[in-house]
Amino acid sequence: MKANFLLISSSLLLALLGWHLLATLGGLPAFMLPGPLQVAERFGRALQDGTLLRHTLVTLAEVLLGLAAGVGAATVLGYLLARSLPLERLLSPYIIASQAIPVVAIAPLLMIWFKTGLLAKVLICALIVFFPVLVNTVVGVRSVPDDLRDLMRSLQATRWQTLRLLEAPAALPVFLGGLRIGATLSVIGAVVGEFVAADAGLGFLINVGRGLYDTALVFVAVFTLVTLALLLYGLVALLERYLLAWQRKP
Amino acid sequence: MAEAAPVLVVRQLSTVFPDRDGGLQALEEVSFAVYPEQFVCVLGPSGCGKTTLLRVLAGLLRPTRGEVLFEGQPLRGPQRQVGLVFQKANLMPWRTVLENILLPLEVQGLPRPAALAKAQAMLDLVGLQGFAQSLPRDLSGGMAQRVAIARSLVHDPELLLLDEPFGSLDALTRERMGGELLRIWQAHRKTVVMVTHSISEALLLADRVLVLSPRPGRLCLDLSVDLPRPRLEEVRYTPGFAALSLRLRQAITLETPHPLPPPLKGRG
Ligand SMILES: Nc1ncnc2c1ncn2[C@@H]1O[C@H](COP(=O)(O)OP(=O)(O)OP(=O)(O)O)[C@@H](O)[C@H]1O
Ligand SMILES: [Mg+2]
Repeated sequence: MKANFLLISSSLLLALLGWHLLATLGGLPAFMLPGPLQVAERFGRALQDGTLLRHTLVTLAEVLLGLAAGVGAATVLGYLLARSLPLERLLSPYIIASQAIPVVAIAPLLMIWFKTGLLAKVLICALIVFFPVLVNTVVGVRSVPDDLRDLMRSLQATRWQTLRLLEAPAALPVFLGGLRIGATLSVIGAVVGEFVAADAGLGFLINVGRGLYDTALVFVAVFTLVTLALLLYGLVALLERYLLAWQRKP
Repeated sequence: MAEAAPVLVVRQLSTVFPDRDGGLQALEEVSFAVYPEQFVCVLGPSGCGKTTLLRVLAGLLRPTRGEVLFEGQPLRGPQRQVGLVFQKANLMPWRTVLENILLPLEVQGLPRPAALAKAQAMLDLVGLQGFAQSLPRDLSGGMAQRVAIARSLVHDPELLLLDEPFGSLDALTRERMGGELLRIWQAHRKTVVMVTHSISEALLLADRVLVLSPRPGRLCLDLSVDLPRPRLEEVRYTPGFAALSLRLRQAITLETPHPLPPPLKGRG
């Protein structure tokens, strides 16, 4: 654990050093490649005047609402698909076809339909989260062993008891795998929406920085996005640690 | 014993699984009755329909024809008075041993303190006192199967259905588990129907052995085992045991077409 930490922090330091050298000795103008010190300084300013926090909160709200909507819809539909063959036959062509359309391509459409407010971004975010969570829910629920289903039936468990005592815990490992992917994708979803049309959010901040040749600000926004994605990922990993403790090797 | 009303009556039971060419007949015209506190073993070659029979008796599978009466009533679905043990322990890997045993009571909605007391008693019964908080992955095959037996008994069913419960265990563990099952059966006076493919296991445990023919499974022998109890290991070497063993073996081999030339004359 400690060795691990040492390894990570030293590799991080090395990368920063490389970046610094490239920026100072590479002969590139600051608007092309600002050094880590400039970025840190810009970060401090953005933090002080409140822009960073304001835009981060907007993106975070979009991401969290989008995640909740996407995961909620995907879980319910995924469960129904896994339990009903006719429904799956009926819907899976549409679901698979929908995956062939890049979200970036339909984002403008959503903007037209739902205006440029929060709702459109939440929808884009939910769309991008939807598929991996759906697939993993279906796979997870399908993976419930038949013998355990027979056991629950022999105990005359109700539909709800079977869901709560068997299907949910049995599907959880695969489901959380989907959530992990969905959590990182959700940040992308929000930024895509903000790129198309927005007046706030980290994606918007990147656009502003680009327009003003304030490349350090672009870096600050990108790093904040990465941090956001890592935090979400870590949160799911933490959830896994807690909920799947029974799977861990002693 | 035979005068009491039967726990189970099976009448002209046939089961056909639908498939591409007209259906696969697993059981054909099987009829028998099981009386209270009897220990019945079902013996038969692989694929003859033993598991199918047990699933029908458990109310998990509807027979294609014929009927099953459980305590005089036509069986319409799973019954709470039935306990089920599968070939593999079939435990929930995310639940501790104690929680696995609690499952049937939890489904029945028994208040937690009462349920815990019962589960604890079952844990003692199968000799796993120290393992209440262990997870299934930390158990040996024999221990896991004991948990499964405890789980099948915790809601105090009248009828216990076991599908090759010791099939995946080594010979020594298997013998010991058979002994433990017998002890539980004698202490709690349950009715037991157990599938096995071991002749000696059937003779050591059962009051009666039913032999099924290869698919489609028909009842080809209903043998009473009148060996005195308790049957210790030594009973294997008595002439009575040998005679019964021979009858069972003949019933099975006569019905089983051998892929290799069998040491019997006049068979094609
Ligand atoms: N759900 C099912 N659908 C179709 N066929 C089935 C089904 N269950 C069992 N069968 C078939 O019915 C026959 C009897 O199966 P069953 O599992 O009852 O045999 P068994 O006697 O328990 O065998 P084994 O000793 O190997 O456990 C087999 O040919 C099997 O392929
Ligand atoms: Mg079987």
